Amino acid sequence: MIVAKRKPMGDIAKMVAPYKKVAVIGCRSCVAICLAGGEKEVKMTVSALKVRNRKEGREQQFEALVVERQCEKEWVKEVEDKVKDADLVLSMACSLGAQTIADMYPEKIVFPGLDTGFFGVPEEQGVWSEKCVGCGNCIIHLTGGICPVARCAKSMLNGPCGGSSNGHCEVNLEIECAWYAIHERLRLQKRLDLIEAVMPPKDWSTGHAGGRRTYVREDARLTQHQKKGKEGAQ
Amino acid sequence: MTETRPKVVGFCCERHAMDSATLAARSGKEWDASVRIVTVPCSGRVDGLHLLKAFEDGADAVFVVGCLEKNCYYDTGSIEGRKRVDHVRSMLADLGIEKERIEMFNAASTNAWAFAEAANRMAEVAKRLGPLEPGGGSK
Repeated sequence: MIVAKRKPMGDIAKMVAPYKKVAVIGCRSCVAICLAGGEKEVKMTVSALKVRNRKEGREQQFEALVVERQCEKEWVKEVEDKVKDADLVLSMACSLGAQTIADMYPEKIVFPGLDTGFFGVPEEQGVWSEKCVGCGNCIIHLTGGICPVARCAKSMLNGPCGGSSNGHCEVNLEIECAWYAIHERLRLQKRLDLIEAVMPPKDWSTGHAGGRRTYVREDARLTQHQKKGKEGAQ
Repeated sequence: MTETRPKVVGFCCERHAMDSATLAARSGKEWDASVRIVTVPCSGRVDGLHLLKAFEDGADAVFVVGCLEKNCYYDTGSIEGRKRVDHVRSMLADLGIEKERIEMFNAASTNAWAFAEAANRMAEVAKRLGPLEPGGGSK
């Protein structure tokens, strides 16, 4: 899932201050799970902004909305009237949701209410950690299901480095050394031969360094004829 | 000119906190008339949104009273309540609103003064900081 956290309320308040009608739109997917931009967080953000306005005597209208998945146009369409009616959209989804609304309604001003962090998982209640950087060339079948690119501070492909100490990373002793974890996992799986194999330099052309990436499934795409038919049906 | 009475909302668990309030009343202890009590099954039931809504709807100070943390009727309810209060306090502080306006207290059911003290302290805070409106608050 995509892990994000709400921007500081003071920053949000400054961003929305000049606008009269503000639509605050959350998302029920990843950001709801990481307690950053679901229905409750949207309502709390709106309420906190109203409290601030009460203190400052500012008149603003807020609309608290939530869509199922803000990164998909079909769901955003459900709140189209509210978006068009607002002076500003404050997206409480990840950057993908905010950009989806901004692309769909280019004349509308869309601000992010969250800071999008990483691809991660919930470790325990209230704790999320990064597990993937989306390099486009997964190698965890060679590393016991642990990604060294995301979890090693140096993204080393042949580790551990000399900074590994008692299973922890020199960057921060609270961080587990990814390569220590890989070693332990491979030992458990009786596949320690993999740790001795030298991994060649990674092909980074599939990563972000090559610019914006697009994946296409030709068998799933609509032909021009199909697109026209779908538009007609709508 | 009459002095405007502040609005103070206290969310009280119906176990130790309300027992403390009842005992205080029966013992003749008084608390400020500006305090409105909202009874909740457990202080852990108080949501951050409830606290913010109270401010949004006119409260100048808000407080939560729950059981003692190691003697909570629902085990960890008052710990949850404190976390919610701390979360909302940090949101308000981010917005430049005095963090003293929101507070968490713990009371034992046999402690007749715990509730009254909490209520009076928050009423005092609300009076000192003034109303949550333009011109009000600490400078």
